[in-house]
Amino acid sequence: MAVLSTAEWQVVALSLRIAAVGVLLALPVALALGYALSRARFPGKALLEALLTLPLVLPPVVTGYALLVLFGPHGALGAPLERLGLGVAFRWRGAALAAAVMALPLLVLSLRAAFDGVDRRLEAAAATLGAGPWRRFWRVTLPLSRRGVMAGLTLAFARAFGEFGATISFVGNIPGETRTLSIALWELLNQPGSDAAVGRLVMLSLALALLATLGVGLLRREDRSREDQRDA
Amino acid sequence: MLELALRLRRADFELELDWRAASRAVALFGPSGCGKTTTLLAIAGLRRPQSGRIVLDGRVLFDAAAGIDLPPVARRLGVVFQDSRLFPHLNVRDNLLFGRLARGGGAASFDAVVHLLSLGALLARRPRQLSGGEARRVALGRALLADPQALLLDEPLTGLHREARDELLRYLRALRAEVDLPLILVSHQPEEVAALAQQVLLLNDGRASAVLDLAAFRSRFAAPAAD
Repeated sequence: MAVLSTAEWQVVALSLRIAAVGVLLALPVALALGYALSRARFPGKALLEALLTLPLVLPPVVTGYALLVLFGPHGALGAPLERLGLGVAFRWRGAALAAAVMALPLLVLSLRAAFDGVDRRLEAAAATLGAGPWRRFWRVTLPLSRRGVMAGLTLAFARAFGEFGATISFVGNIPGETRTLSIALWELLNQPGSDAAVGRLVMLSLALALLATLGVGLLRREDRSREDQRDA
Repeated sequence: MLELALRLRRADFELELDWRAASRAVALFGPSGCGKTTTLLAIAGLRRPQSGRIVLDGRVLFDAAAGIDLPPVARRLGVVFQDSRLFPHLNVRDNLLFGRLARGGGAASFDAVVHLLSLGALLARRPRQLSGGEARRVALGRALLADPQALLLDEPLTGLHREARDELLRYLRALRAEVDLPLILVSHQPEEVAALAQQVLLLNDGRASAVLDLAAFRSRFAAPAAD
């Protein structure tokens, strides 16, 4: 496998940045929603769950189109952002937003499962010791669910990194701005004689995916060996 | 000290109590399933009665009629749970300091509590590396350091083997001599009730069946005299 060209490195670096910013954007929202879904009973909970899974079940192109309508230069949210100099349409920030929206359902579901796994009796004990809801969350719930949270982040990152449909329909294919690895691959597939370049990017994707799944697997295994120690 | 009037209904269980305890060390005594742990959790604010009133040393913790229901955080009660409930991700030192940091200091000094309960050698350990008796001691120290206005003990000796029980009982007696805190004990073991409480409420199937002072309790349950 030959060394990547400058343009290819640019594509990889851009994809990593977009995925990282996308996951960071989604994280606070996912923490709040995951915690609320795990712990609270409130009216409209079923509706919220349905809305959250939409990006998972809708064709990504539809999600991208919805983002374009909302966040386009003349969109309800896009126009004010443009005026603030924070426009997202056809920029890398928009690609990060698309990645965040597409990764959000996965992240919320993982975090909810992670919070569900925390022993509620420990949170009750923390309350009797004077810890309010905020402190209980940061000092008890989050540390005790950290492996599930890390696994969720890894999956969300992988999802954001591979995002294609919503990204291309929302922010297009602009080299150095929105041309991520998936989009670059798709373009190369349409050009005859680019087999070598396709091969390099495919190998790279494989390597990254393998790393991510290995990481999640390691976290799971560490979790299980801890359980064993506890039972011993 | 304690005014306890409550009605709490669950699927197949009803608890109904109306008791004013004068003593500063009281026990709820009865077989498992009689509602004593539920009562303790209601005092701590972790179970909400349908109606009633809970007053401790003049502080209204719960009053259904007046719409008062202090959250557990605000009740300032040092609860030692039957299952200890130490935080598995923190070592003993950080477990001990948890409530102290949450409440911003307190009356009892860290060193004094560590000394009183002989926790010095355990500070760096994780909860899973503690024996049952050690875990109870840490839970007790953690509750004390959260600056409580009363101690609530749920079956403190249950599940421990003989020597560990004797040892923990010695620590609990030392604690009572050292720290002047109201004590509410829940137990089905005459031995710990006789050692720690002055007044005993007998509970049976969610109802109070009798109130006994220590002498009456001892003669009725043939518990060995303390010391």
